[in-house]
Parts: sequence; C-alpha cells; structure tokens
Amino acid sequence: MNIESRKRELFKEFAPRLETTSIKSKIYIGSLIAIILVGLYAFYLQMSKGQIVTGMRDNVVWGIYEVNFILLVCISYSGAFISGILHFFHSPWKTAIARIVEIITVLSLLIGPIYILLCMGRLDRLHYLFMYPRIQSPITWDIMAIITDIIACFIYLYLTFIPDFAILRDHCEERKIPKWVKKMYKTLAIGYQDTKTQRNRLHKITRTMSAMVIVLAIVAYSVLAWIFSLTLQPGWNSTIFAPYFIVGGLFSGVAFIIITMYLVRKFYKLEKYIRKAHFKVGGIILLILAMLYGYFTFTEYFSRWFSHKEIDTNLLDKLFTRYFWEFILANYVGILVPIGILFFKKFRTIKWVTIASVIALAGVWLNRYLIVIPTLETPYIPIQDTRIDYIFYSASWVEIILSIAGIAAFLLMFALIGKIVPLVPMNYILAGQSAPKTVKEKDNKEISE
Amino acid sequence: MKKNNTEEGGTNRRKFLKLGLLSSFTAIAGTSIVTNLAAQENETEPTGEVMRLLTPDGKIVEVNASNINKYPEAYISPEESRKGIPDRKFVMVIDLARCKNARKCVEGCQKGHNLDYHQEFMQIKLIRDNPAAEPYWFPKNCMHCDEPPCVTVCPTGATFKREDNIVLIDNERCIGCKFCVTSCPYSARIFNWEHKAKFDDKSQPYSPETSVPGAMGTVTKCDFCPDLLRQGLLPHCAQSCPEGVIYFGDRNEDLVTNGNETVRFSELINKREGYRHLEHLGTKPNVYYLPAVDKLYELEDGFDVSEEVKERYKDVPYVQELKKQGKI
Repeated sequence: MNIESRKRELFKEFAPRLETTSIKSKIYIGSLIAIILVGLYAFYLQMSKGQIVTGMRDNVVWGIYEVNFILLVCISYSGAFISGILHFFHSPWKTAIARIVEIITVLSLLIGPIYILLCMGRLDRLHYLFMYPRIQSPITWDIMAIITDIIACFIYLYLTFIPDFAILRDHCEERKIPKWVKKMYKTLAIGYQDTKTQRNRLHKITRTMSAMVIVLAIVAYSVLAWIFSLTLQPGWNSTIFAPYFIVGGLFSGVAFIIITMYLVRKFYKLEKYIRKAHFKVGGIILLILAMLYGYFTFTEYFSRWFSHKEIDTNLLDKLFTRYFWEFILANYVGILVPIGILFFKKFRTIKWVTIASVIALAGVWLNRYLIVIPTLETPYIPIQDTRIDYIFYSASWVEIILSIAGIAAFLLMFALIGKIVPLVPMNYILAGQSAPKTVKEKDNKEISE
Repeated sequence: MKKNNTEEGGTNRRKFLKLGLLSSFTAIAGTSIVTNLAAQENETEPTGEVMRLLTPDGKIVEVNASNINKYPEAYISPEESRKGIPDRKFVMVIDLARCKNARKCVEGCQKGHNLDYHQEFMQIKLIRDNPAAEPYWFPKNCMHCDEPPCVTVCPTGATFKREDNIVLIDNERCIGCKFCVTSCPYSARIFNWEHKAKFDDKSQPYSPETSVPGAMGTVTKCDFCPDLLRQGLLPHCAQSCPEGVIYFGDRNEDLVTNGNETVRFSELINKREGYRHLEHLGTKPNVYYLPAVDKLYELEDGFDVSEEVKERYKDVPYVQELKKQGKI
C-alpha cells in the first residue's frame, strides 16, 4: 500500500468538514456565541458590582465556581494522564481517541482556571501573585502546577498535531480552503516532511512528553486536593484527599471522554474510527474507576462517621438532612448506578456506556459541591446570623450563567478546532497500517476496505 | 530628605513606645516624646523651623518643627505596619463570667473601624460546652494566632504576622482569593462583597493599622487597633465594654488591663483557669478566655437586645426552652 496515496485518500475523507460549514453548524456556533455573550454580561456585572451579585457570602466564600474549577481541572489532568498512557505504552486505542482526549485536556485546562479567577475579589491585582509570591501558600503551588501543566499540554498537543499539519499542508492546495488556513498549516507543520529521522525524533519527543504529562498530572491533582486538605476545616482536612482527587478526577475524566466520544462520533460521522469496541473498553475502565472511587468515598465518610468528632458529626448531620438528596444522588446514584450498568456485559453498549458516563459526571460534580459548600456552612464557630444567604449558599443566576457559558466556550473551541484539523489523527491511522501488529485484525480490514 | 524624616519618625516613635504602654501614659508619654526628640535633634537635618516646648518637669527644649505632628497618631504606611511595635507581645483576655451580651464592644468596634451594622470584627456568640451546661455569651474577635493558618495560605503576603503578635491585612495587597477566610477556624475574617460609598472617603490615608478605608473585593478583620496601641490606648472593644470583660495588655510586661484594673496576665490565667478557644487545633491564639463560672448575670439578661439580634440565637436549643418558659 502506497502511503502517499493513502494520505491523499484520508485527506479527501476529512477535507469536506474543513472546507464547508453547514447551516446547522452555523446556527450551533451562533447560539454558543450568544450564550458566551450573556456570560460576558454576567461577568461585567460581577466585575462592576462586586461579588455581591453571586450567591457567595461570608462563611460560604467559595461557591459553584470552585466546584466547576475542580471538575474541569480534574478532567484536564485525567485527559493528560490518559493520553500520556496511550502514547507511552503505544496503545492501539490512540488512533481513535488520542486527539479527542488531548483537545479535552487543553480546553478544560484553559477554561477551568477561569473559574478560580471568577472567585477572586480583585482580578485587577492578579499580577500580585507573581510580584509578591509566597511559596508556602498552596495557591502558589497550584498556580505553578497549572501553568506548567498548560505549557506541557500545549507542547504535547502540538507535537501530536505536527504530522497531520504536514499532511494537510501537502494536500490542501487543490482544495477551497481559505488562504490563511493554508498558510497556518504550512507554518504549524514547521517543515515536517515525514522522513525517517524526523519521524523517529518526533516519536521520541512525544514519548518523553507523554511520560512528563503523566507525572505532571499526578502532581497537579495532588496540589489541587491540598488546597482543601491542608486547611483545618472538617470535611477537608483529610489525608486521603490527594489520591481521592486523583481517582475521582480520573473517573470524571473518563466519563467526560466517553461522552465526548459519543458526541463526536455522532456529529462528525466518525463511526468508522470510533467504534463499539472503544466504548466497551471505556466502559470497563469506567467500571474499575467507579469501584475505586466508591471505595475512596466510602472510606472518607465512614471514618468521619465512625470516629464522630463533634465537628465532623455536625457536617455529616448537615449532609444527611439539608443535603440528603444531593448526597444520595452524588454518592449512591452517581457511583452505584454506573457500576450497576457497566457490571453487566450486555449493557456495555455505546448507548448505555454513555448513559453511565453522564450519571458519573453529574455525580462527581455533585460530590465536589458537597465537599466545598456544606463544609463552609459548618464552621467551628456557629454561624448565628439572621441573614439566610449568610447561613446557606445558593448559586445566583450570575454564577449559573457563567457556568453554562464555560460549557459553551468549551464546545465552541472544540468546534473551531474541529474545523481546522481532523478529530481523528491521520498520522496514527497511517501508522496503524504500517504496524499492523498493534491493531486488531478487524480494524485493519475496515481501514483497508 | 522627606524619607529621612519618616525613618527618623519611626525610630523616635518606637523609642516612645518602649517607655511604656499601660503605665500612666499621658504624662510619661508627653515627656518621652520631647526627650526623644531632643536627644535626636542633632541627627535631624535642620528644616529651618524650630519650636520651643515646655516639658512637664519645667524644662524648655527646642524641637524640629517637622517632627512635631507625627506623634502619636502619625500615619503608618503599609510597609511600616508590617514591622509591628517593638518589644511588645500583645495579648487579650476575655472574662466570660462577666459578659452579659451588652454588645457595646461590637458597637464600639464598628464605630472605630467605620463598619456597617452587619459587619462585625467582634461577634458575640452563644456557646454551650455540653448538654448539661448552661450556654454563655462568647465575644469572639480575631485570635491573632501565633500559628495563623490564614497567613500560611495567603499567596501574596497580604496578611501577615507581626513581631508584636498582631495579624494584620494589607488590603492594598489583597487579591481577594478568600483562601484565608476558608482556612481560619475562628471565622474571624469578613469579605467586602460590594463597593460602599465609605470606601471612597480618602480623608484618612489607608493604613493596615486602622483597616480604614476598606476596599471592595478584599478581606478585612479585627486588627487589635494598633493605631490606638501606639497612642497608649486600649482597643475600641476593651474601651467600650461597660463590664470590664475585655482585658488587653502585653505578654512581655505580663500585664493586662480592662481600663479599671490592671492585673498580672500570668496570675489571671493561672487563678482563673484561662484557656484558649479550640486549643487542639494548634493555632496558638493570643486571645485567652476566662471560663464562664459564677456568672455575674443571668443568661436571660443578655436578651435585652434588638429583635434582630435575638433572632440570631433562635436555633440554640436552650434559647427555645427559655422562650417556652416565657423568660425571654
């Protein structure tokens, strides 16, 4: 099989999506932009009027912004972790999902930290973090971890893009692709000609980077968990928080990847590449993570309940009265239902695995909510106030709109990236052909057909 | 030139403070200012204008005019306020047996720091140690811990621990991340959620020592009133308490006073079994409490307050009982 002609075929297959924009997708992108604009208005309100427009008050000083931040950053770290593993161990799965995972990693790492910025009272003083840094503050560690991670993930994502940019550059000439896009392909391909030395060198760098992003993800997860667990608060001050966050993050990350796979497969017509087998394995990984996550969640609450220190009891009382349904949904439904679905082989279908993932993701979000908010509502010193918003937190419309706008921004950027590069890496498809051992027989057949 | 003067002002002031905070400060302080100034006059660059002053013991001294107005209410810049008052270890003792929830400390503090009705550096909680015990009024401000969790977690050094035990906030450095609020186990910190007209009042330059004027999006809290301490006065709360509940003083001198009586700190704590709230957390507070034994007032007396304040305690079971019995 001639690689050059195969490249051309692949390009022909993916090019239409890069060339034209359907009315449907124009409406879709337009509505995403509209949501983001409403979000920007809410942001303007918060900036001009202060955080009084949010539901945050003294006692509960961090609200759903913090919850979104944890969730998105954890998804990103698990994306880095998973794609690192896919590359490092030359997994055949990387053909289908590596690019999606990498895009998720970078996008959620771009949007996640915005939420922590929304939590800040003085955005105009953001540079003070670098002007007057104090190294013993876990926030400083987190900033270092996130910045390092963003840089590393960008480099990593770019490395995996280079061969595809080269293919796009070589084959876009005869197509009706805007000039600036052609120019961009040429610049971004940085003269990659797919020679043997170049390929080997790129492979080596990608492999090194993949090992690094795995380590970075673990460090970043832990630092994020330490923001909570290094304080004295009940419900936060826990020794298992770092591994708990890693497992919970991986759980939500895998769920998120499966949901994205489902959507991409459906809307980008990639059924040929993202197949049932991927969902099956994804479902098994999700099952294992669900059991681990359930175990950690149980241990965390069980030890607090059994030792029943007064302050922990107060917290648990609150969780089992005011937050009863949220607790049930987060820690029973959100864990046991995915396990129940994925445990049975016949439910490991595309539809059911995706349903389990949606439940898992929602459960993790709620679990984070229950970690952040009830703890802040249960301080050591009783609150004793008459203002209800100072006693209990409830998110304001500004916070909700900005949360939705974050999702919209994620989808918009994903759509734009999908306009520029194919969501299935072409170079991996090619590599899969030249090294048939790593790909299943069936896959090969399908590709060569 | 100007800078020189400020620095010198700083040393002079510190020398003044060394001479005693609690002991009959007015007369001594007056002398000490002048003697210190006189002693330093040779080092000061002459600005031309020289003033003649009469000391309390009848001597006439010449003083450089540029130094005069700095005492004792001189402006302390944010940088200067990080150092603290030398050789002091400030400490507060709150006598729970005498507190009757008169709320004068809260009001005094709010007036002194230009706070709104609901902004309380000093809060009065109703605490019950165990189900058999009667609850007691518990005035709570910032504990000015020796191991302050808030200072540890601050990413910009906006909040800091001074040599004189005081934990302050520089609201010009604060980025409003609120990590300190979540890490304080005493709920001592409050956040400025919105802009208020009073923040625009720049008639008094901002100093972390006065916490005035506030700024939107920053954290604020009890500051132990270092501006008053520099004048040899007690903090607003201690000054306003009609019952003498709040003692304030210096560990180094081993003296605390509530304005009426001055006692040895160590004796007071030893004799009255003084304790620190949430000792087990290891934050090492500098606010001590004398247990609420042999209370001077009935708990019911504390409900002679506004309806709004009464409402705050409605969830305390004991209060519900009192209500049933018709005592409040």
